[in-house]
Amino acid sequence: MKLAILGAGDVGRSVADLAGDYGHDVVALADSTTATVDDDGIDIDGALERKLAGDALGSSDLETVFEADYDVLVEATPTTLGDAQPGFSHTKRALEADRHVVLANKGPVAERYEELRALEAASAGSIRFEATVGGAIPILSTVEDSTPQAVTAVRGVLNGTANFILTRMAAEGLDYEHVLAEAQDLGVAEADPTFDVDGTDAALKFVILANVLADGGFALNDATVDGIQNIPGSALDLAAEDGRTIRLIGEATRDGVRVGPRLVPENGPLAVTGTRNIVQIETRNAGSLHSSGRGAGGPETATAVLSDVGRLPPL
Amino acid sequence: MDACDTEVTAVSNDPADDEKAETDGGVRAYTVRLELVDEPGELLRALAPIADNGGNLLSIHHERGSITPRGHIPVEVDLESPPDRFDGIVEALRDAGVNVIQAGAEHYGEEISVVLVGNIVETDLSDTLSKIESDANAVVRDLSLTAPDGTEAVSSARIRLAIDSGQSDAALSAIRSIGSDKELTVVEPLLGGETA
Repeated sequence: MKLAILGAGDVGRSVADLAGDYGHDVVALADSTTATVDDDGIDIDGALERKLAGDALGSSDLETVFEADYDVLVEATPTTLGDAQPGFSHTKRALEADRHVVLANKGPVAERYEELRALEAASAGSIRFEATVGGAIPILSTVEDSTPQAVTAVRGVLNGTANFILTRMAAEGLDYEHVLAEAQDLGVAEADPTFDVDGTDAALKFVILANVLADGGFALNDATVDGIQNIPGSALDLAAEDGRTIRLIGEATRDGVRVGPRLVPENGPLAVTGTRNIVQIETRNAGSLHSSGRGAGGPETATAVLSDVGRLPPL
Repeated sequence: MDACDTEVTAVSNDPADDEKAETDGGVRAYTVRLELVDEPGELLRALAPIADNGGNLLSIHHERGSITPRGHIPVEVDLESPPDRFDGIVEALRDAGVNVIQAGAEHYGEEISVVLVGNIVETDLSDTLSKIESDANAVVRDLSLTAPDGTEAVSSARIRLAIDSGQSDAALSAIRSIGSDKELTVVEPLLGGETA
C-alpha cells in the first residue's frame, strides 16, 4: 500500500520509519506546517532527520499531500476534542477521494463516530483505528473478531500515566503530587498531565469502544469521568489492607461509558503496574479475554497503525 | 483431636458465582468459622492449610474469651481465594483435623469494600455509616480509617460491607449519592467480569 502520513509526532514518524518493514511505501509525510511528497516514495530518513533537527520537514504544503497517489491516509495529528479538527476534515477528504484512512487520532472516532461511518459508507475506502485504543494491544481487532454484538463489556486500564502514578503511590506510600513530579522527571507524564490524570484520555478510548459496541451514539460528553487527583496515598494503603489496590478503570458497554478510580484485587488481572495497559473483553459466549501490553509509544502505536493497513482490502 | 470432633458444614457459595469460577487471577472473599482446642499453637496450625492452598488471609477474629458449647474457642477467618481453590482449602483444613463449623457464604450473600476519601471526620463519620446501613441496605462489617494529616485534613476510610446477593449495584449507587452529598470521593470496587 502507498501511505500518506499526516502528523510527524512520535507515531507519525514511527509509521514512516517502520512502513518499509511491513512492505508499504510512504509517498507523503506532513506535519502542521510543511510536507514532503513523492509518488515514487519519499526519502524517509532525510525527512526524519530534518524534523528532528528542527528544520522544515519538506518544501510542500499540506494540500499537496491530498494530491499525491496514495492508498491509505494515516491520520496521526494530535487529538482534539469537540469538533475533532483538523483530523476530521483530513479523514473526510480522503474518504471522499475513495481512499482508506487509518487513524491514530482519537478525536474523530470518539467525538464524530456516526459522521465518520456515514462518510465511509459513501466511499470506496474504509476506516480503521486500532491505534486509538491501547496502542500496541490488539483490542479493536479482538472485539471485531468476537463480533461486537457478542461483546458485553470492555473494562480496563488504558492510561499508562495514571497507572504509573497509582502504582508508585501504592508501592512507596507517597502522595499524588510527589509521584506526579517524579513521573514528569522520568518523562512518563507530560508537563501538563491534565488529560491523563483527570481521566479524559482514558474516557476517549472507552467512548471509542462503546461506539464500536453500540455502532455509535457516544461522545466524550456522554461519559462519566473521574480522575485520580483526589486520591491520597493513605487510600491506597487502606485498599492494600484488604488485598486490593486502586486503579483508574474504564468501562464501556452499550449502555454507557464510565472512567474512575476503582478498587481491584491487588493480584488480579487488572492491577497492572507501571505504564502497562490491560483490557478485559467480556464476551457472551467465550468468557473473558484479557490483553495486556504497551498502550503508548511511537513504535508500539505505529505497529497498530501498520496492522490496520495490512487488514485493508485493495482499492 | 478426635475424629468425632470434626464437624464440617461446608455451605457452597451461590451457584450463580460458580459460573464465574474460571478465573485469571480473580479471587473472592470467604468466611470460615472454626473451633479450636485451647492449646498453644492451635491457631497457627489451623491457618497453615489456608495459606498452603492458595488462600489469602484477610482477617482473623479470635474470641479467646468465649467458649463454644463443646468447650472450644470459636475463630472466624476471612480469606480470599480463587473460587476453584476454596473447596481445596476446606478439605485441607479437615485433613489437618481442624473443626470447620461453617465455610462459604454467610447470611449476607456478598461482601464489598469501598474506600471513602475526603473530610470524613468533619462530615460526621458515624452519620455516614448509619446512612450507608439504612440507604444501602448493608451491614458495616469493618472500618479502617487513616488521617495522616490530622482529622481536619483529607482522610481515607475503608468500609467493608455485607449486602444481599445481587444488590451490589443498588448499594453502590446509594453510597455514591451519600458521598456526593458529603463531598466525599467514593472509590468503588469494580464489579462484573472476573474481577469482583
